[in-house]
Formats: sequence, structure tokens, C-alpha cells
Amino acid sequence: MRAHLTKRYHFAASHRLHNEGWSTEDNLRVYGKCNNSYGHGHNYALEVTVSGPIDARTGMICDLGELDTAVEREVLARFDHEHLNLTPAFAGSVPTSENLASTIFEILQRNFHAAHLEGVKLEETSQNSFEYAGGGEIRR
Amino acid sequence: MIYLTRKAEFSASHYYHNPELSAEENRRLFGKCNNPNGHGHNYTLEITVKGEVDPQSGFVMDLKELKEVLNREVLDSFDHRFLNKEVPEFAQQIPTTENLAVAVWKRLQPRLQTAQLHRVRVYECSDLFADFYGEE
Repeated sequence: MRAHLTKRYHFAASHRLHNEGWSTEDNLRVYGKCNNSYGHGHNYALEVTVSGPIDARTGMICDLGELDTAVEREVLARFDHEHLNLTPAFAGSVPTSENLASTIFEILQRNFHAAHLEGVKLEETSQNSFEYAGGGEIRR
Repeated sequence: MIYLTRKAEFSASHYYHNPELSAEENRRLFGKCNNPNGHGHNYTLEITVKGEVDPQSGFVMDLKELKEVLNREVLDSFDHRFLNKEVPEFAQQIPTTENLAVAVWKRLQPRLQTAQLHRVRVYECSDLFADFYGEE
């Protein structure tokens, strides 16, 4: 009996959308206010979805404590209250929410093995969100 | 194909305990959720059905009918109950969010004729939910 389980987490971080390879004008044209050199911040909400058979012994897909530990250690400790551009994960890429969602997915896929990682959804504000499932289709 | 979702809320108590395991093992596995006196949640259900739009009514299914089935089959049994002690499915099964999603699916699926059940989502709180899409 296979089910999906989703847990929401919250973190706050700042970023600046800026491509070093482009001119000042191009950066401003593409990124607008998000190109402000001092950066700006968001309260991000992260949904992590795992899937698997329900263990008859526990009634659960996996120990939620293990998921919390992995997300806290690998994602929140890395990004919460940080300037994303200055974190090693974004040394070579622009910390858009598309890139942040796929980076988080890949970090979790490498470090969480208690259940199948189905996908992540990253809400940058209440008005926009980004989902990544390792390049596969996202189940609705 | 159109997907249609109806939300509903209920409040219930539960605790997590597997009688085949020792008291220590239960406490280790389930932590605070193992308190035998139970604790409660305000649950939110999202029931998604799918189907083609009927050209006469413009409906996938009559929302009133979905509400009635949901009330009769699920909410009347779950709302303001101690799930472990008062809902038959959970006499032998731990009422985790995952198992609740499966139980709701099994109660609704045989009662829906005009549309097909697509997904049962159970929110235990705003930061945790389980989805069940039927046996695959």
C-alpha cells in the first residue's frame, strides 16, 4: 500500500539575482528589482514529499524524525538566515527559486535514504512556487 | 478530464502504539505520539475526483452528492472521536496520517458512481499531509 507524505519547513534567506557574465543593463533588464546590489530576502516555505509502502509495523512510510533531521542538517543549516549568493551551493549559479528548488532536491536525494524522495516544492512568497522532481513528471 | 476537489474538516484524537512491540520500542518509535491517553488534531481532508463534464449539467459530479457521501461515510464516524477506540479500521491498525488517507479512500471509493476518486489528501496540521492514490 503505497502512499505519499509531505512535510512543510520554513526558512528565511536573502539573495540577489545577478549574472556575472552579463552587462549591468542586461542584469537590470532581466532581473529588475531582484538585481538590487544589496540583495533582498524572502520567507521561504519548503514542501518535501516522500513516497513508499506503508510499513505495517509503524503505519508510516518512514520515521518523520529522520526526514526532519536530514532537512534540518542539509537544507535549513545551509540556507536559513544566510545570503544565498554567498553559500558554496551558489558559487557558480544564480540563486533563483528554480535553482534553489533543484539544488535542495539534489542535496536531499544524496543525503536522505529512508524513503523515496518524490519531489520538492519551494514557495518564495505566497504568490509563487517552484516544484522539482528530479526532472520527472510531478504527480497531481 | 476535469479534476474537482472538495475540502472538509474534522477534529479527532489518536495515539500511536503497536501492541506487538515493547513499551520501550513504542516510545522510541513514536515518541510523544505514544501517550496512551491520546492527543488531538484538526484534520483537513481534500478529496479529488476526476471525470468528464456532463454536457447537460456542466458538472463532473454533483458537489452536493460528494458532500453527502463524505459526511455519511467519513465525517460522521471520524469527527470528535478517539480514532483508536471508536473507528473500526483502527482497532488493528495505527491511525497515522498515511493510514487515515487509505481508510478514507476505502470508505469513499465504492460509494462514488458518477466520478472516479483520484486522490485523498489528509492534513494532520498545516505542515504535514499524506496523499493516497489507490492501490498501484
